[in-house]
Amino acid sequence: MANSATAGGFLLVLAIVLPVMGALLSLTLGGRHAERIALILMPVGLTVAVAIAAVVWRAHNVLQYFVGSWDPPLGVAFRADGLSAAMIVTAALLISGIGLFARAQFPAQGGAKARAPLVFWTLLLMVWGALNAVFIGGDLFNLYVALELLTFAAVPLVSLDGRAETFAAALRYLLFALLGSILYLLGTGLLYGAYGTLDIALLSGRIHAGPVAWAAVSLMTAGLLAKAALYPLHLWLPPAHAGAPAPASAILSGLVVKAPFFLVVRLWFDVMPGLPEHAAAQVLGGLGAAAIIFGSILALRQARLKLLIAYSTVAQIGYLFLMFPLAVRPETGHPWATAAWTGGVLQAVSHAFAKAAMFMAAGLIAEALGHDRIAGLAGIGRALPITVFAFGLGGLSLMGLPPSGGFVAKAMLLTAAVAENQWWWAVVVLAGGVLAGGYVFLVLARALADAGEPLTLLSTISRSRQAVVVVLALCAVLLGFVPLRPSELLQIGRPGLPIAVFR
Amino acid sequence: MAFDTGLAVLVLGVAVWTITARDTFAAVVGFVAFGLLLALVWVRLAAPDVALTEAAIGSGVTGGLLLGAHTHLRRTETAAAGELPGAALRLAAAVLCAMVSAGLAAIVLLLPEPAPTLAPQVAANIATTGLGNPVTAVLMAYRAVDTLLETVVLLLALLGIWSLAPDRVWGGFPGPHHDADPQGVLTFAAQLLVPVGILVGVHIIWDGSVAPGGEFQAATILAAMWILAAMVGLVDAPPVSRRWLRILLVAGPAVFFAIGLAGFAMAGAFLAYPPPYAKLLILTIEIPLTLSIAATLALLVAGPPERAPQR
Amino acid sequence: MSSPTLYGLCGAVLVGLGLFGLIVHPQPLRKIVAFNLIGGGVFLLFGVVARRGAAAGFGGDPVPQALVITGLVVAFAATALAVALLLRLFHETGRATLRSDG
Repeated sequence: MANSATAGGFLLVLAIVLPVMGALLSLTLGGRHAERIALILMPVGLTVAVAIAAVVWRAHNVLQYFVGSWDPPLGVAFRADGLSAAMIVTAALLISGIGLFARAQFPAQGGAKARAPLVFWTLLLMVWGALNAVFIGGDLFNLYVALELLTFAAVPLVSLDGRAETFAAALRYLLFALLGSILYLLGTGLLYGAYGTLDIALLSGRIHAGPVAWAAVSLMTAGLLAKAALYPLHLWLPPAHAGAPAPASAILSGLVVKAPFFLVVRLWFDVMPGLPEHAAAQVLGGLGAAAIIFGSILALRQARLKLLIAYSTVAQIGYLFLMFPLAVRPETGHPWATAAWTGGVLQAVSHAFAKAAMFMAAGLIAEALGHDRIAGLAGIGRALPITVFAFGLGGLSLMGLPPSGGFVAKAMLLTAAVAENQWWWAVVVLAGGVLAGGYVFLVLARALADAGEPLTLLSTISRSRQAVVVVLALCAVLLGFVPLRPSELLQIGRPGLPIAVFR
Repeated sequence: MAFDTGLAVLVLGVAVWTITARDTFAAVVGFVAFGLLLALVWVRLAAPDVALTEAAIGSGVTGGLLLGAHTHLRRTETAAAGELPGAALRLAAAVLCAMVSAGLAAIVLLLPEPAPTLAPQVAANIATTGLGNPVTAVLMAYRAVDTLLETVVLLLALLGIWSLAPDRVWGGFPGPHHDADPQGVLTFAAQLLVPVGILVGVHIIWDGSVAPGGEFQAATILAAMWILAAMVGLVDAPPVSRRWLRILLVAGPAVFFAIGLAGFAMAGAFLAYPPPYAKLLILTIEIPLTLSIAATLALLVAGPPERAPQR
Repeated sequence: MSSPTLYGLCGAVLVGLGLFGLIVHPQPLRKIVAFNLIGGGVFLLFGVVARRGAAAGFGGDPVPQALVITGLVVAFAATALAVALLLRLFHETGRATLRSDG
């Protein structure tokens, strides 16, 4: 195992420390410099993220770091396995893309106009640092602090524009998130009370099935579901994600909402390996199925583009939780060797790229037209063809059509459903795909319709911004070339798997 | 034991009043009382550091914040009362919450005996940190990264609050202006209390390495003194765009990060302290950290900018 | 029954009480108070765990006690942000309600 003295471990510290220190520097220097600090840190952070993934891949083992040289259970450990590496790289790529897109919307300013750029760029860096802290945290309380950091960075992004309805949406988001955090913390306390440690690796060795463990994991899962907006705790998400400015919506739907899902995976497969029952996993899957169906139906009924995309997020999050009934206690082999494991993670990653691209495309359309009513979109396909094309590419992932990461993810979930003899999830996946097709084509049909007279755009949309949107959408498409079998990267660091198999 | 039973019943009684009181003002006052009683419980649970923090932050500053908010929101009381959910929903919620409580109570009774604990490991390693207070050792040495990130969380909340200000007052003065009344009783009391409070705060941070105390408690007292002085008009909040204010706020976490990164060179890991200098380094972190946290707490209570800065 | 266990049961009741207040009260300020009550109950449970872990000459296990101090500070920051959002909402709309109209 890599220990605190190797260069590899240092990277884990950098992944958190660099963005957070950058944010503190932005706060000190003010709105004129915040953008530049963020833009300088993006390639640096991206390099660190890729380096972490490279070290994990080459060592085919977990990258570990004990902070302060204190061994757990006394100290706090950072750990990056294959799953962490995938999420860290995704976050770095997405934040960089969103940052480039947002340059035109939040240019460096001083004086009275400094509020929005200072707040945006500082919070962007803080979200990045918090996400990395969630992805590499090896201690349950450290993860609680990381979750709070993420919530406090995300909530003000919702009300950044200063419109009245966004304050209500932000407050509702905050209250749901706080309830989630406190339930998570309660579970953490119970686990410490029963097992005397909060370190994930140590807990996995000590934990055993019993009322305390069940109660703790149920509480923590419930809290994390509130943060992930899984049905029926999804009410806060659509107004919050739709009310935020477009780059902020991209961050919120693409990345922030994936962090609690990541932690539920850690909880179920790392903290208590082999313990969850089929029944509990079916409940989680059932909620996911409800999210897919109801989220998609509600999306079909929306009149505004951003709200449609936000309800689509509610639906696509449901797919993530189909992973649980299909990976918990599989018929053969380990959970992380199943198609469902890879499918679930791939869904998280490709949805992040696709949804970010769609929100940013919607933002460009709203800037051009002055509104985002779906009924009034006619002619925008001709005026902003690149943007609408990007929107369509993102939609491929949502619908699960090839080539796209979403197609591979959903195909793997379907394969797993058949392999595990749980065919009902296959029905849900297929139904979700049809419904997603419905709302994507709703928008595309309106956008590509002829507008009678030529459209006068309120502002010119720069080519570079449209290019960023297309590149992100293409990333979602490129993920479609991932082979349709369990991923080797995502199995690195998983206990119980002989390393030699993959050499 | 009888005292503990009485205290527990009192705590629950005040909590019930806080939840069921019809008037929000009564609920907030009840909450402040609840916090103070909870501080007593912490003393009974042999956790004096937590008792200090609960009284100062959990009850004192939070109570002040909630009372201030209630003053603004008094007019909305009657409108909100009409939105109370129906009896059926209240009954369902009551049943759900009773089940949650019952489940938790059962878990408390099922916790293992003997209880697992990290106290022996804390005691075994405390000599290398040079500290005498084990809670400070956990906060500043063993789990220093949690304390570091939590300080950042505080600052982030402040930025979030500032972000709520309309553009025209961005960077301006938080809170309304209080006129100084040189003859007033409150002014006199403040002029007496504030220096004493500052001394108490300094003493707590100095002593916190060996006795109960530490930067959060000291910072809260310093912040409370500042809030008191501001309320009577002795001082006014600076505009939040002032560079020195930003530096004051960031100095604590910045020094913490700097010493943490220096730990790579000095002791081989992030946030590691070389044993001979451990106590000195920790104190070097704690002093600016206390000042930063005090400023952050005071500004969190003051709220977003309301008066435009002079440009 | 030992006194830590008694306070543990007290904490369990507080969590339920706070949850009830959070669900039932329409005013956001009451919800924020209720959330703080839940927090108090959760922290109390940590404190009970700490007291049960008294050893090595300490009155309680210092680790959960330190975690509570961290949690108290974070809870205050959360309350401050929530209150600021609520007040801003009130100043903008004249109403302090989370119920969305339309």
